[in-house]
Amino acid sequence: MANKPRVKLPKSAKAGEIVQIKTLASHDMETGNRKDKKGNKIPRLILNKFSCSFKGEELFGATMHPSVSANPYIAFSITAKESGTYDFTWTDDNGEVTKVSQDMSVS
Amino acid sequence: MSNTNSQLVRMDRRTALKAAGAGFVALGFASTAHASPEAAAEALAKLSGGAAAATSDKITISLPEIAENGATVPVGITVDSPMTAASYVKQIHVFAEGNPSPETITFNLTPTGTADVNTRIRLSKTQNVLVAAVMNDGSVLTNKKEVKVTIGGCGG
Repeated sequence: MANKPRVKLPKSAKAGEIVQIKTLASHDMETGNRKDKKGNKIPRLILNKFSCSFKGEELFGATMHPSVSANPYIAFSITAKESGTYDFTWTDDNGEVTKVSQDMSVS
Repeated sequence: MSNTNSQLVRMDRRTALKAAGAGFVALGFASTAHASPEAAAEALAKLSGGAAAATSDKITISLPEIAENGATVPVGITVDSPMTAASYVKQIHVFAEGNPSPETITFNLTPTGTADVNTRIRLSKTQNVLVAAVMNDGSVLTNKKEVKVTIGGCGG
């Protein structure tokens, strides 16, 4: 991935608070349906997996297909339980994994 | 479709008739391979193990009524669920009936936060967007919403 994906996660939250997380990855999400100027098919290359995990346990995940827009935006929510690092990963068709980690302190 | 036609022109009558017959068969396959409401319904039936999934008001889909650009259509899905270990939404599937492949995105949820997700999808034409929510007890709820698309967003 050319640019690092952006993750919006609050720096701190109260225990039990429902926190919204917004993520934006930067990717063309080539569908495999398009043709270039010479009429050759442009091969499919999309991010097909997204995952948000905390201490090795997946809290939220998504399987994406070519019908997801370019620069996939995914927003979801979690319940803040304890302080720690949240790991966000995106996997593309070639198996390349992009990882972003962010801390949130829970009081 | 256009391929079959151009082949017909170059053939004599007999082979043309045969080819026409084969063409019908091929077209039949093509229509199942391409997305159609049937393909989306089929994918949906697989989720619920063949049983008819109940249409439910518990699923709220927020989609624009008219999407000017089909390449990025914002979609928000909320499922009314307590999201506790005893009762939560396990998966949310989104299908676009009229796209080249109906499966759009699947969210895997765990008992945390609320069952409220937002994303952006591509829609090739005016069509229904189907949402199916699989609960932790295996029951499937569905809902759908129509979106009018001005410019399609699947390339090609």
